[in-house]
Amino acid sequence: MNRIVEKEYFSDKVIRLVVENPKIARSRKAGNFVILKIGEKGERFPLTIADADPVKGTITLVVQIVGVSSAKLAALEIGDSITDLVGPLGKPTDIELKGTILACGGGVGVAPLLPIVEAFKKAGNRVISVIAARSRDLIILEDQIRRWSDEVIVMTDDGSYGRQGLITAGMEEVIQREKIDECIVIGPAIMMKFASLTTRKYAIPTQASLNSIMVDGTGMCGACRVTVGGKTRFTCVDGPEFDAHEINFDEMLMRLGGYRAEEVIANSKYNQK
Amino acid sequence: MSLDPEYLKSERSQEWRATLRSKTKNKERTVIPRVHMPEQAPEIRVKYQDREVNLGITSEQAALEASRCMDCVTPTCIEGCPVNINIPKFIKLIENGDVLGAAATLKETNALPAVCGRVCPQEKQCESKCFYVEKMNLESVAIGHLERFAADFERASGTSNIPKTAAPNGIRVATVGSGPAALSFAGDMVKNGYDVTVFEALHEIGGVLKYGIPEFRLPNAIVDFELDNLKKMGVKFETNFIVGRTASFDDLREEGYQGFFLGSGAGLPRFMDIPGENFNGILSSNEYLTRVNLMGANSESSDTPVILGKRVAVIGGGNTAMDSVRTALRLGADRAMIIYRRSEAEMPARIEEVKHAKEEGVEFMNLCNPLEYFADEKGMVNRMQLNRMGLGEPDASGRRRPVPIDGSEFELEVDLVIVAVGVSPNPLVPSCLPDLKVSKWGTIVVDEDKMQSSIDEMFAGGDIVRGGATVILAMGDGRKAAENMHIYLQNKISNTTKLN
Ligand SMILES: Cc1cc2nc3c(=O)[nH]c(=O)nc-3n(C[C@H](O)[C@H](O)[C@H](O)COP(=O)(O)OP(=O)(O)OC[C@H]3O[C@@H](n4cnc5c(N)ncnc54)[C@H](O)[C@@H]3O)c2cc1C
Ligand SMILES: Cc1cc2nc3c(=O)[nH]c(=O)nc-3n(C[C@H](O)[C@H](O)[C@H](O)COP(=O)(O)OP(=O)(O)OC[C@H]3O[C@@H](n4cnc5c(N)ncnc54)[C@H](O)[C@@H]3O)c2cc1C
Ligand code: SF4
Ligand code: SF4
Ligand code: FES
Repeated sequence: MNRIVEKEYFSDKVIRLVVENPKIARSRKAGNFVILKIGEKGERFPLTIADADPVKGTITLVVQIVGVSSAKLAALEIGDSITDLVGPLGKPTDIELKGTILACGGGVGVAPLLPIVEAFKKAGNRVISVIAARSRDLIILEDQIRRWSDEVIVMTDDGSYGRQGLITAGMEEVIQREKIDECIVIGPAIMMKFASLTTRKYAIPTQASLNSIMVDGTGMCGACRVTVGGKTRFTCVDGPEFDAHEINFDEMLMRLGGYRAEEVIANSKYNQK
Repeated sequence: MSLDPEYLKSERSQEWRATLRSKTKNKERTVIPRVHMPEQAPEIRVKYQDREVNLGITSEQAALEASRCMDCVTPTCIEGCPVNINIPKFIKLIENGDVLGAAATLKETNALPAVCGRVCPQEKQCESKCFYVEKMNLESVAIGHLERFAADFERASGTSNIPKTAAPNGIRVATVGSGPAALSFAGDMVKNGYDVTVFEALHEIGGVLKYGIPEFRLPNAIVDFELDNLKKMGVKFETNFIVGRTASFDDLREEGYQGFFLGSGAGLPRFMDIPGENFNGILSSNEYLTRVNLMGANSESSDTPVILGKRVAVIGGGNTAMDSVRTALRLGADRAMIIYRRSEAEMPARIEEVKHAKEEGVEFMNLCNPLEYFADEKGMVNRMQLNRMGLGEPDASGRRRPVPIDGSEFELEVDLVIVAVGVSPNPLVPSCLPDLKVSKWGTIVVDEDKMQSSIDEMFAGGDIVRGGATVILAMGDGRKAAENMHIYLQNKISNTTKLN
């Protein structure tokens, strides 16, 4: 169980892994995630299920190396096993025929966006995707996104690929041009904040998929709490998707930094080894 | 079963017990002072998260304490024990020098005696019903200490006897969760010959016994030992498996599971919903204790971080609050404070935990209630506002209702706040079963005599039914559910064979 059967580098910091877990492969829906733990002393951390093959019994994960746990995962090779893997967690995305969908993914957020784009397309929607990153080498899964989108706009901060500018510039362009029935945004919290301010201007219903800090992922600890519509909600069981216009992104940004000091220490210790 | 007066009488009239009774006069028994549990000194124990505070009584102490018990004609103590342990029998066996026999007696009705001896609120259960307390106004026989002694003795002896199991009947049953309720259910079902699988969402078996109650009160090694016994009896364990998500109940039915025990616990932490509660450095006791107990965050080698507070405020007065505040002390807090809105008399925590906390230097700010939290520019909590409370008329719980005192607001500097104001039932299982009847509090509704839910083949017990209880009540539920599921499944099978 949990054996890695494929490993591919999208860039030196972003890796795609295909992992054996027949039960999760069969049960997962678009928008679900898993919690992993590597080694006896590893920490529990969440990753979205980017894709699954119920016949082969595998799930696909795309991970960006940001700290110790993601680095430990990236260090595993084909044939190695992930110590603990549990899921599928979170509420699945509400997929229906809605008309035209604007799907926005920033950085590694494109990975969790992929299954959602695919599901919306399969449900008969017109899907326009805007994917963005700081520079060319951080744009991931472009071909896969294209496969399930009617149109794809690529944006880079530095203009090294696609169009130069922030994701919101690409979004504005589409919104000015045609009627959007629903928008979904996934990426760094700061990007989601500005993307949702953009769609709010135009009153387009928008879902954001949050990457809060988690421990158990089953609603037991409250580490993942966010304020949505003035109420405290748990991302792992009530989310990860919420009405973007109701999310208190400033609080979320603050909470993401809750263990920054501890993470920096852990990271420097890990890198010394 | 063991409450049956005839059975108790016949046990009591056995010759060895009669002899033992006649050996010492009751008058002599009642003048012996109650044993004192030897403890690690407070100034030493606050340095170690993983060293037990209670060290256990010696054989001599145990024999003397056992001789205090008068082997009453009507042993009221048994009524106070939710699993009706034959208390005088096990105590008299200790007095008689047969400690292994005592351990076997405990195991007749209690799958985890080493655990219960440590964490039962004895003063509210068995010991509150002891003749010494009820009729003589003296300190009760130390039933809990003796239970722990017998269980520890057996474990140390290496001769632990694995209870006998019936021949396998090939019928598969599953538990949802691996807390004490599910474990005692599993133990009894495997004894009856069932093929039992325990499914647990986390990566470790044990529920609150592992992720909640700290090592200094209940070492994980003790829980693991009991789990090992269950494994030897044939119980199968699957971790990282969330019933309802990893596989649905229908999937499991297809795999041949015919009965389910829902023991998913009261996992959902409550917050107070006051301003600033989502600042960093304010966490639920579940998160704090999970990071330390389950993830080992206090150890150098663990990847899981934990905030090491210097001025730690713990909100609440239950066992969870005591465990959190004492953990904070062990992780280096200069000030570890309990903030509780009622007075000590109303505290739901075990008396021993409150006593230990005080010895260790925990500050008790009773009759105080948090109003708001404040943070630095990074969003890290640094201050809180509270007010003082008075006690009014008794409320629904029978405890006097706390009422805020006008103009009593004051502030406190804090850098870590742990909210331990209770938990709600875990909604995951009910949300996957639309036909399952739940109360307005989200607890699963069962027929109390059988622990059977509104779905025939599903039985439930522990915190998911009671909303929040004790280890031993959860285990009592598990036993009752096992007994009744056994009857239910046997009837069902004989009915289908009749039909065929
Ligand atoms: C529901 C959910 C789904 C997720 N899906 C994915 C996924 O498919 N692929 C993926 O690579 N990551 C995903 N994440 C984020 C992933 O869990 C974290 O990147 C990971 O836990 C980092 O752990 P670490 O020990 O490597 O880094 P740490 O040292 O623990 O963290 C380093 C810093 O990075 C920040 N950070 C963490 N995650 C992100 C992020 N995604 N974007 C920007 N900053 C971040 C944190 O605030 C932290 O301060 C998801 C998170 C959630 C809650
Ligand atoms: C910190 C703390 C200290 C305590 N101290 C004491 C004490 O001193 N004395 C005492 O008597 N009581 C104490 N209690 C209370 C006692 O621990 C509980 O009443 C008891 O553990 C309840 O047992 P349970 O079997 O119902 O559930 P739990 O022990 O809560 O176990 C439930 C398990 O089910 C799992 N689960 C949930 N949903 C699923 C699913 N869908 N699939 C698979 N698994 C699932 C959970 O992950 C969990 O591990 C304490 C509680 C806490 C939190
Ligand atoms: S299990 Fe608990 S209540 Fe029962 S006898 Fe033992 S300590 Fe007392
Ligand atoms: S009531 Fe007290 S003295 Fe009597 S049998 Fe029970 S433990 Fe012994
Ligand atoms: S991660 Fe613990 S409650 Fe969501």
